[in-house]
Amino acid sequence: MSELKPMSEQAPNSPERRRFINAATATAAGLAIAPGVMLYEVAHGRPEEQAASSAVRWGMLVDATKCATGCDDCVSACSTENGWTPVAESAHPKQAPQWIRKLELQDPLTQMETNLPMMCQHCAEPPCVDVCPTGASFKRADGIVLVNRHTCIGCRYCMMACPYKARSLVHESLNDTQKPDVPRGIGCVESCTFCVQKIDRGDGTTACVEACTAAGHNALVFGDMNDPESEISKRLRELPTKQVRADLNLNLGVRYHGI
Amino acid sequence: MASKIKRLLALGAVVLTTAALAWAGADDQPKASGAPKPVITKAVKGEQCVEPTDYMRRNHMKVLNHHRDEAVIEGVRTKKHSLKECINCHASETTGSVAASKDDFCVSCHSYAAVKIDCFDCHSTKPQASSAMHPLNAETAHYKHKLAAQANAKVSAEEMAGIAQ
Amino acid sequence: MASITFREVEGSSPKYWLLFGALGLFVLFGALAWNYMHHHGHVVTGMDNQIVWGLPHVFAVFLIVAASGALNVASIASVFNKPMYKPLAPLSAILALALMAGGLLVLVLDLGRSDRLIVAMTNFNFKSMFTWNVFLYSGFFGLVGVYLWTMLDRNVKAYSKAAGTAAFIWRLVLTTGTGSLFGFLIARELYGSSMLAPMFIIMSFAYGLAIYLMVLAAAYAWTGRPLGDAVMMRLKSLLAVFVAAVLYFVVVYHMTNLYFTKLHSVEAFVLRDGGIFTTLFWVGQILIGCVIPLVILLTALGKQRMWIMIACALIIVGGVMQMYVTIIGAQAYPLDMFPGLTEKSSYFDGEVHAYSPSLPELFLGLGGVAVALLMTTFAVKVLRLLPASLDDATVAKLEH
Repeated sequence: MSELKPMSEQAPNSPERRRFINAATATAAGLAIAPGVMLYEVAHGRPEEQAASSAVRWGMLVDATKCATGCDDCVSACSTENGWTPVAESAHPKQAPQWIRKLELQDPLTQMETNLPMMCQHCAEPPCVDVCPTGASFKRADGIVLVNRHTCIGCRYCMMACPYKARSLVHESLNDTQKPDVPRGIGCVESCTFCVQKIDRGDGTTACVEACTAAGHNALVFGDMNDPESEISKRLRELPTKQVRADLNLNLGVRYHGI
Repeated sequence: MASKIKRLLALGAVVLTTAALAWAGADDQPKASGAPKPVITKAVKGEQCVEPTDYMRRNHMKVLNHHRDEAVIEGVRTKKHSLKECINCHASETTGSVAASKDDFCVSCHSYAAVKIDCFDCHSTKPQASSAMHPLNAETAHYKHKLAAQANAKVSAEEMAGIAQ
Repeated sequence: MASITFREVEGSSPKYWLLFGALGLFVLFGALAWNYMHHHGHVVTGMDNQIVWGLPHVFAVFLIVAASGALNVASIASVFNKPMYKPLAPLSAILALALMAGGLLVLVLDLGRSDRLIVAMTNFNFKSMFTWNVFLYSGFFGLVGVYLWTMLDRNVKAYSKAAGTAAFIWRLVLTTGTGSLFGFLIARELYGSSMLAPMFIIMSFAYGLAIYLMVLAAAYAWTGRPLGDAVMMRLKSLLAVFVAAVLYFVVVYHMTNLYFTKLHSVEAFVLRDGGIFTTLFWVGQILIGCVIPLVILLTALGKQRMWIMIACALIIVGGVMQMYVTIIGAQAYPLDMFPGLTEKSSYFDGEVHAYSPSLPELFLGLGGVAVALLMTTFAVKVLRLLPASLDDATVAKLEH
């Protein structure tokens, strides 16, 4: 629920303040660590015993003007990294999970075509988290929306609540085909995790972004939206972007340019 | 009410497992009539478990549950008590898994104690390295060469070396 | 006030055991259906990632809504002090409990991880309408149970009114909660309206009373006990009022949506272009569920018991169809993420989603209905729930 507050009350949570704190800690850490360590690593890699922090907010910029028609490199990269069967290879396409998909849009009047990847938007105010009866659907401190499969009972209320159709139920047994880093299982709901296993390893990026960059499209940028010096923050300052269904005011972690 | 009964049953099951495991661990005990003792294969990798063996036999579920909550909710992915590391050391040399056949490390004791393992509906029973050879992933593995993900390679190389030895 | 003799149903006739066995068979089919679905996963159902809630939810929500409605007869007796309804109250309470149990059973057995029910009872997120409903359902069992006890045990009879009032208020909150399961969803055009809460309440009045009337008439006919016209006529007039109110709410709900341009396409889907959903709406929900029963109940036909039973059956059938349109129709219409643009993807964006329920889903749902009826059948045998006679003379004495 978003509440209207006078400006002064917003100060503790304002992006400016958070950016300042973030920059300050980054600098302090940078000073403390021996020379030779890149500042980039300080910003993204956190020690394994340290919990994810709300000083960071992971986000993604999708530049739909650069997203190539017919290219689904991001989708296959996600499938490879996270171990879900590509829909084309599934025996039950309607029941197959899809963490990310390419969406083709067209304006019926002007014939203008746009295409873009659609996945979990990692809302700051996620409806799926609001409706989950057991709290299995949750938002991590660094803004990543996840499903805790240990408490998910498969009620699918989150799938009813998500405005982006981002979630899938695993309809059949996976027979030990899961990746060791990415547990997934029958009867539980799942969706894009911003490659949380890579984030926690310190990669600071996701499989889809790596694939898009490797293919030379550069339509995807991933990073810390709270860090004013990150590439994504710089790009977001310059490019006009939109949130999908901005009317719902969910404060999304994925921003689109060219829609 | 049903939940209370279920909880009692679960508690009973835990007590029984602990008792059974403790009993199974003691060498001088006579064999139970009919029930074959669980096969406990020594871990392939490493000399000593992260905690004393006796402690782990009784408390591995507590250790795992604690680590699980920290890892999933807070993102604290320390290696010491992670299920992935258990699997890395204890996967069988023949099946490459901790739960693929009846003599594999986890299954062997759990079936002896008649306690259902819920882990492997979701978690892979195999260490990292072997997963790339899985048929499902092999179909999409063509993608890997496109990516120059060095961090990835580093982790798997470490683990592969460990498992191979 | 004259006293009424309550007596157990003897329940030793072949007819009783035949009914018992037939219902038991459906419970068994339901259990087998669950076992099959649980073993293979939801892949064996007609549900998918587009239609995530299917036929089991239609049955479950219908039974839960009808359960709170079935309690109405008892509420009229103790909350609104209508002596004529007093002898009808115990059956009303037991039917409410039984329908609720049947509905909940279907709901939890359709979970992706129904083996983890314990998790749902130990982990709570209080912002979730579902969590609220867990407490509302448990409280309903507790309060209606106590209420039934005050009706059956002379020693605690003095507390009957207090218990009845508490149960009545609780059931209104409960149905508000059930309606809000859908009302509190922002994603789908047909939900996200507080209208759904009062609409579900009035629907519960109609569905619950229709089921109550059928069970009452069947129990009296099959046990050979007298059931006078006074009771039937009073209840059928009440039913007509409830059905008319349902129709009113449905009209207001759709008129509101039709006024908002952004909802024109989804309304066009339900009212005109939706194929099976349009048919179910006009023929099922409106014609079978409201218009025909109203015609029967308000004309001379309503004076014949046979026609009253037909009207009740139509209301129940129409009610199930209403739930089908409300739950599945709303999911069949694609999410509108980019208003004004056409959408296409491998995930079926921008397409109307088809749904064909599988046999296990149907049997799971019917299993819930059978559980409810079986519980009622058994309860009237072991508890003194039904008056020995409800003939006009006995009932007339109560009113003086």
